[in-house]
Amino acid sequence: MPEPSPEPETLSSPLTPMDGRPDTPGRPVLELRGLSRTYGSEPPVEALREVDLLVYPGDWLAVVGPSGSGKSTLLNILGCLDRPTAGAYLIDGIDVAGLSESERTAERARSIGFVFQAFHLLPHRTAVENVMLAEMYAGGERTGRRERAIAALERVGMAHRRDFLPTRLSGGEQQRVAIARALLGAPRLLLCDEPTGNLDSASTESLMLLFDALARQGLTLIVVTHDEGVAAHARRIVDIVDGRLNEVTR
Amino acid sequence: MRRKPERRQEPRLSVRDLLSEAAAGLMARPARVALTVLGTVIGVAALVATLGLSKTAGSQIVGRFSTVAATDVVITPVPGALGGSQAATAIPWDAEARLQRLNGVAAAGTLSEVDVRGALVRSVPINDPLGQTEVQLPIRAASVGLWRAVRARLATGRFPDEGHSARGNRAVVLGANAARRLGITNLQQQPAVYIGDRLYQVSGLLKSVERQPSLLGSITIPNGTARREFGLAAPASVQVETDIGAVEVVVRQAPTALNPDAPQLLRVAAPPDPETLRAGVESDLNALFLLLGAVSLLVGALGIANVTLVSVLERVGEIGLRRALGAARRHIASQFLIESAVMGLLGGILGTALGVLVVVAVSASRTWTPVLDPWVPLAAPLVGGLIGLISGTYPALRAAALEPVEALRAGT
Repeated sequence: MPEPSPEPETLSSPLTPMDGRPDTPGRPVLELRGLSRTYGSEPPVEALREVDLLVYPGDWLAVVGPSGSGKSTLLNILGCLDRPTAGAYLIDGIDVAGLSESERTAERARSIGFVFQAFHLLPHRTAVENVMLAEMYAGGERTGRRERAIAALERVGMAHRRDFLPTRLSGGEQQRVAIARALLGAPRLLLCDEPTGNLDSASTESLMLLFDALARQGLTLIVVTHDEGVAAHARRIVDIVDGRLNEVTR
Repeated sequence: MRRKPERRQEPRLSVRDLLSEAAAGLMARPARVALTVLGTVIGVAALVATLGLSKTAGSQIVGRFSTVAATDVVITPVPGALGGSQAATAIPWDAEARLQRLNGVAAAGTLSEVDVRGALVRSVPINDPLGQTEVQLPIRAASVGLWRAVRARLATGRFPDEGHSARGNRAVVLGANAARRLGITNLQQQPAVYIGDRLYQVSGLLKSVERQPSLLGSITIPNGTARREFGLAAPASVQVETDIGAVEVVVRQAPTALNPDAPQLLRVAAPPDPETLRAGVESDLNALFLLLGAVSLLVGALGIANVTLVSVLERVGEIGLRRALGAARRHIASQFLIESAVMGLLGGILGTALGVLVVVAVSASRTWTPVLDPWVPLAAPLVGGLIGLISGTYPALRAAALEPVEALRAGT
């Protein structure tokens, strides 16, 4: 019986379209408790110091901070690409900090969608093929994969370009395809690393509108950015300075 | 059907997805793949052509041998063996009968030079004033079975039989060349020849022999006649035709059958074993060309390794992305391994086809029958695939060892 377990199905049901503070939903999508990451160089570098963070379903969170403040380290840990040296990282209440590498890999496939500054689209694949790639390692069925990918492209307004190679798309369009790829498989969390870093202002603005729309649909967004304008769109902003996290209240 | 949101789950990837990813990776760079594959193509083609051509040439040699030479055994006394006179009479008069009893002997007969003490031969009664009337011709003595053993064919007449020999009848068989020198073309007038001052009836004219071609230029008399008229002490040699493939048996048994007391006095001349000969030819050819093929395969393998490594370095970003999408290290490794194995396999298949073409083309130009072991065209593509797999191992491990964070940062 392929019946999904009833438990943590918060994302697919867009029941949390709250506009303000995360006061309603009971259970956070992710939780950092006293999280630290120290690089073992000489002298040791404390990239993150005792970070605490709660992210609820439907949060649209911007992470800002100067270069070298620990933004990338935080992103890598949130993306299960790196492990903290201390503290706990919970996704849906389950600590993933202590998982083995292959378990973290599976967690990436299942729970996290990545959006990169450099898009990372495969140049020889069409838009829809690039999107389909996301399901390959998550164990999705082959049948209907193309349709699901087209649906994801639909969500980012790129279905009409499904058979284009990335080289024939503008930067903004490429990033939308990359977002569609991240959306495929209904991740718990969309992690964006400077998503507008390679885009002009018009594309950036249009991408922000997309993020707003996705957040309204209940997607949990975490965006690391330099861009004040991008951060201004977020519902929550956290600031990292010297490895310490502070929520910015507006 | 259990794809539950059970947390601890290994990342996985279906074989079809893996294969199509590898195929797509190759298709993205067709020209590079073609050039990379070339080394393996040449190597495998060289191997296949070598194995095929040596086999073909070997079969050719066997083909020639199996007709006459491969069944030809000649037994003579060891010259100058201990106990001189004993050796000279080592072959008994009933050699033919003794050998007929052996398995594998198709025909046997004795053949000896007859010392006629300088006697000349002339023909009667035709007197040709222009022709030479007296000639010196070698006289030989044969047992009845010899004619079959040398596969003799008569132009006309008949061979002397046991009766002629036993009675010491003066009957001769003329070789074609000897007959021409004596001016004898047919037996209608019952021609006779003088050997010295004795008259011999010509009973048959030889047309051809397949062994002992000197018979064509000789006058051959029955053994019994040679003993009586010329005092032949013992047969000088035995000609044997064996059954096909029986040479070895006959060679081993004949001396004992002929002379049980002292088989060591007899020397047996037999053709080399065709299998040995073929093996010799094959190994001569093979050693050189297999080495050549191996060298080009090595070059091909290095080519694949090199290109796969370059491809890994070029695709660091892609590797990072795949890791971020949930690809395990082994997925990355197997993708690159399959890409290199497919390149090797492709080279193997093309090389096999090319090698077979070479074998056929060379055979056609020499009017040989192309021969190829069936396992060669089956195994050769696999050799190519194996080469690809081996050469891809190091690059694939390099790719799998990349840290996703680093890979994503490095590959833009």
